[in-house]
Amino acid sequence: MSTASRQARVMVAMSGGVDSSVSAALCVAAGHEVVGVTLKLWGGVTDKGCCSVADVDDARRVADQLGIDHHVFNYAEEFSAHVVDPYLSAHGQGTTPNPCIECNRHIKFNLLHHRAMALGFDAVATGHHARVRRNGEGQWRLARSVDVAKDQSYVLYTVTQEVLATTMFPVGELTKDEVRQLAADTGLRTAAKPDSQDVCFIAGNPATARQSFLGERIALHPARVVDQAGQQLSTVAAVELVTIGQRRGLGLAGGAAARYVVDIDHQTATVTVGDKAALRRDRLEFQAVAPPGTSLHGPVLVQCSAHGHIQAGRIEGSTLFWDQPQPRVAPGQSVVFYDPAAPDEVLGGAVVAIPLGNR
Amino acid sequence: MRAEAVSKPSELGAGAYLGHAYLDHAATTVLYPEARLVLLDWLSEPRGNPSGAHRLARAARRALDDARDDLAAALGCGPGDVVFTSGGTEADNLALFGVMEAPPARSAPGVDPTQPCLRSAVACSAVEHHAVLEPVHALGGTVLAVDSCGRVDLDRLAGQLAPDTRLVSIMAVNNEVGTINDLAAVVAMVRERTGGRALLHTDAVAAFPWIDVAEAAASVDLLSISAHKFGGPPGVGALVVRPGVALRARLLGGGQERDRRSGTPNVAGIMAMAAAARQTVAQRPATVARVAAQRDRFVDTLGQRLDGVRETVPDRAAKVAGNAHLCFEGVASEELLFLLDRGGVGASAASSCASGAIQISHVLAAMGIDRVGGGGAVRFTLGWTTTDVEIDRGLDVVIDAVQQLRRARR
Repeated sequence: MSTASRQARVMVAMSGGVDSSVSAALCVAAGHEVVGVTLKLWGGVTDKGCCSVADVDDARRVADQLGIDHHVFNYAEEFSAHVVDPYLSAHGQGTTPNPCIECNRHIKFNLLHHRAMALGFDAVATGHHARVRRNGEGQWRLARSVDVAKDQSYVLYTVTQEVLATTMFPVGELTKDEVRQLAADTGLRTAAKPDSQDVCFIAGNPATARQSFLGERIALHPARVVDQAGQQLSTVAAVELVTIGQRRGLGLAGGAAARYVVDIDHQTATVTVGDKAALRRDRLEFQAVAPPGTSLHGPVLVQCSAHGHIQAGRIEGSTLFWDQPQPRVAPGQSVVFYDPAAPDEVLGGAVVAIPLGNR
Repeated sequence: MRAEAVSKPSELGAGAYLGHAYLDHAATTVLYPEARLVLLDWLSEPRGNPSGAHRLARAARRALDDARDDLAAALGCGPGDVVFTSGGTEADNLALFGVMEAPPARSAPGVDPTQPCLRSAVACSAVEHHAVLEPVHALGGTVLAVDSCGRVDLDRLAGQLAPDTRLVSIMAVNNEVGTINDLAAVVAMVRERTGGRALLHTDAVAAFPWIDVAEAAASVDLLSISAHKFGGPPGVGALVVRPGVALRARLLGGGQERDRRSGTPNVAGIMAMAAAARQTVAQRPATVARVAAQRDRFVDTLGQRLDGVRETVPDRAAKVAGNAHLCFEGVASEELLFLLDRGGVGASAASSCASGAIQISHVLAAMGIDRVGGGGAVRFTLGWTTTDVEIDRGLDVVIDAVQQLRRARR
């Protein structure tokens, strides 16, 4: 749904951040009947990370300022099952998950959306930097936001046609600066609130938080770091925390040419490093494409990380062949395909598979 | 979006303020006019601090003492047994920490009273309010099993209690599903198991509007109440502490309440609480009869008009008149409450956590009701202001909402 011209009943998902605050304000200004909803996804005993009680308070008070009702929906169980548990098992298997993508796939643009429809809403709006438009063939297309640096279309690739048709991204037409300015002009208390970083359910010092979080929940195993000849260079405390392409934190002596993780053998707890050239691949294998039912073939533009550079390639079956060799993408990460004929539009995406030889 | 304006507020009782029906009296109920008058009257003139020596202070002291006498009469205890608090939560905390951190009044033979308490020394039922559960957890205590109605399981109670247990806390009435515990039987069993040494505390917060607490809790040692649950103002409550029970104060300061709870008393609130207690006791039999009939009509009609409605505690004799806790198959509590609110009907599900989200009910879980069975759980609670028109309108909104949600799921 593009920014609807007729009055609609809209549920705005409000995280307590400035983007969703302004999204709510824009929906109200457009004359829609708006209700703000904050999701309780995580928190438990120690209420840290994103969507803490303080964040819910911010969302609720912004709703009060805008004169709209505000509710909190508890999806903590579903979030644990669909986002956190898979995150833990992915790390346990040596892959690199993207929990934001799973949250969008299962919770925000699935369970929440269906609930909104059941409750009589016409659309759901979020604070994501992205856009939705309809193309010539009547298909709904997810597109990049105006502010390319803040574009979040990468994490939204799983959203289906049915859901896109009733989704609004009000801030997708604004730059981040414009969002903050609008928030300030409207007098919203979240105008200057810093953006949340990293994974919402892991709080604390970024340098150590992920290790603590995982260490409390899964077994972490030390691993040998070897060069491509098999010579041991160092050790790492946890193979589960190592990711393909990683350069730092491997205990390698400095000086020589930069070395990157080119392979991880989880079974033998071996991390192989090599130079940049060793990291390059001419192809990657991917798992089922999302949204389900999407058929992809031929030339595509590809983004491999939340704010990664775009590279060209072509799809044949479930293999992406790069036009130019590219650094290997960690299994578990997503690759998102954009339309060469409309480069800001998402065709679909998929999770990178563990290469056949490594399984 | 706001609820539509109402044309006949008197017919709608408290529902007038929502649009159709206020069915969340267990969360908080309407202030009795007598209590409001007392409150406003006290606050409309300069008053003294009851701790002082001059005339104005002594007048405040007198008002406080009168209120204390009234409350003691309503609770079946002596005025010296009443400790005023800021509400039910403080009363529960004072009971649990106050007893467990005090030197034991009656020690078990061979137990050194100066040693810290053993883990098994305090216990409560699995369906207690968090104001009891959290202190018990913090004290490392035991949680006691309940039956499928939420009552303490007397058959298992003896086996779960250690002989050196010092304190057992069992609520008189469960706030969520309304079940009434047989306190006399619990007390007898606990005394037998511990050789008369253990103390009994009861959280009577949900009980006072509905049962004769003075009679039901005659043999317990400590009892908590909260004003805003029985037509008094929020922010005030009391703990009854029988003579001889040693209590370590939680709030230290000027030594008020005979050194059991320091702080200048909320005289206006306490007077209003006493007025509300008087009203509650005087009107209780009539209120119970009237509300029971309204509740029965509400639940029976829903059962007739909708499939898949389960009365969580089917035995109406086992629960209080005002409680209509129901489980609706095929709907989610949060969704149902949203639509009820939209239709001007107020109710609740389980407890709200600090963020405002609804949590899975520990009470239902302890009763053996699983996530599926308890998925569409909603607590409707009636009160002294509930009118037949509210029941009529509540029924319409509930039925429409459940049908809408079930259609959407298909």
